Amino acid sequence: MAGLKVNIGELELKNPVMTASGTFGYGTEYADFIDLGRLGGIFVKGTTLEPRQGNDYPRMAETSSGMLNSVGLQNKGVDYFVDHLYPKIKDYDTHMIVNVSGSTIEDYVACAEKLADLDKMPAIELNISCPNVKEGGMAFGTSCQSAAEVTREVRKVFPKTLIVKLSPNVTDITEIARVVEDEGADAVSLVNTFLGMAIDVESRRPKLSTITGGLSGPCIKPIAVRMVWQVYHAVRIPIIGMGGICNWQDAIEFILAGSTAIQVGTYNFVDPASSVKILEGIEAYLDRHHIASVNELVGQINYL
Amino acid sequence: MKVCDFTIRSNTRLNDRNHLLKISPVGNEPLPEMYPGQFVQIRVDNSPLVFLRRPISINFVDYQQNEVWLLIQRVGEGTTKISALSAGENMNLMFPLGNSFTLPDNKGNFLLIGGGVGTAPLLFLGKKMKEKGLKPEFLLGGRSEKDILQRVDFERLGTLYCTTEDGSLGEKGFVTQHPILQEKKYDFIYTCGPKPMMVAVARYAQQNGISCEASLENLMACGFGACLCCIEKTIRGNVCACTEGPVFNIKELTWLD
Repeated sequence: MAGLKVNIGELELKNPVMTASGTFGYGTEYADFIDLGRLGGIFVKGTTLEPRQGNDYPRMAETSSGMLNSVGLQNKGVDYFVDHLYPKIKDYDTHMIVNVSGSTIEDYVACAEKLADLDKMPAIELNISCPNVKEGGMAFGTSCQSAAEVTREVRKVFPKTLIVKLSPNVTDITEIARVVEDEGADAVSLVNTFLGMAIDVESRRPKLSTITGGLSGPCIKPIAVRMVWQVYHAVRIPIIGMGGICNWQDAIEFILAGSTAIQVGTYNFVDPASSVKILEGIEAYLDRHHIASVNELVGQINYL
Repeated sequence: MKVCDFTIRSNTRLNDRNHLLKISPVGNEPLPEMYPGQFVQIRVDNSPLVFLRRPISINFVDYQQNEVWLLIQRVGEGTTKISALSAGENMNLMFPLGNSFTLPDNKGNFLLIGGGVGTAPLLFLGKKMKEKGLKPEFLLGGRSEKDILQRVDFERLGTLYCTTEDGSLGEKGFVTQHPILQEKKYDFIYTCGPKPMMVAVARYAQQNGISCEASLENLMACGFGACLCCIEKTIRGNVCACTEGPVFNIKELTWLD
């Protein structure tokens, strides 16, 4: 049996398969379908300092091999999470990691501080890449200066593993990855959704209430793989790769491009057991290729 | 909730756009309890561009035959693929999803109002009501006679009133223009169909002090409360139509505000 353990900063994962924030609720939504304890980690829904109702309906438009969403970080706020959701999920036999978002640096810091106090919250994922909120969100992740500033300030109050989730909606994603590494991030996760748009040709109306939204699903996978590969060659911290992963072959592709771990996102909607199937596929692949540990595969593209 | 493969037992074309699929679990494993108003999510295979599952109402559950009935209206590529499946072929289902219509405890006058393919869940609801000794009545609307689906099945369960926009069957016009709504006093209305129709039905119910439940067809991705895409604005804020619905009492909705 191949070794599946990987490390993200000081955080040890039993295996590299995790689920992406915004596609996996708080894990409980999937309890009918899979044993959550099999996963390396679960990134729960984007959480903000104050509750948010999110954007108006319609918030979703299916596109070829993917979907656009403009949910807009609907959540009940960090206090509700700490008081009501965390107690329900803290004893799952996997790492529960909160995705933290905000409109101002003060919001991010206050939210991270509250989460730092939770014993069984070993890490947070700083979301500087949500394309669906008017203020903040992606704005922090598209300039080096603001990405550096928010990472620096959160780093001061959050001593555990700090993962920064990068936006692909930039000219050069490696620049952003470098500055968040310099400011003390333990890992980067990429990519968040691509800013996209769809129009109903009969009514001529945008399909989303917000006009634009975030594109995810297998249609973005080759771009995401390319970005992971670029970032792998730009930083020393581990990468959590994601973007359209549907099966174990996709996951191995992300690992070869330089991901230490991966997140399954939108495909959870189609096959809620896909994360566990992907884990089993990775295990079989490693055995078949006589690879002792998944770590040996990270970034090991054969260019010959 | 679970995910499993079903075999198509039959696929009957009802009109130019609608098919009735009768399906059973592979291996004929007994069906779990299902309730009227619940839905399934069908995976669309062999169509790489179609990514998401298609949410489809449970039209009827025949426990004797161990069959679920689904009405499929061809709208886009996904539903076209599903409606092209033949007897003997399999499809993958996530089910049963969502809440259900409230079955009343007491006798009274119950009207089930449906439009187009939105009549689907009302057949199963009518069956459940009849089993409880209640007398459901149906008011179904469509563009023309061929759009009023499963008339024979509905007539077996209770009185059927129809409206068509071209007057080819029943009263000419929309369901809310049917004279029975003026002639008879109903205690409870259940409705499913195009949103403008349901809003008109909800307005009639509210004006006449009639309890009313509506089954929504919001666009959805996951179907089990994870993606937060299918939200409906309610008096409690935005809620998922897939888990807190698809059936809502109109008092909870903000349609008439």
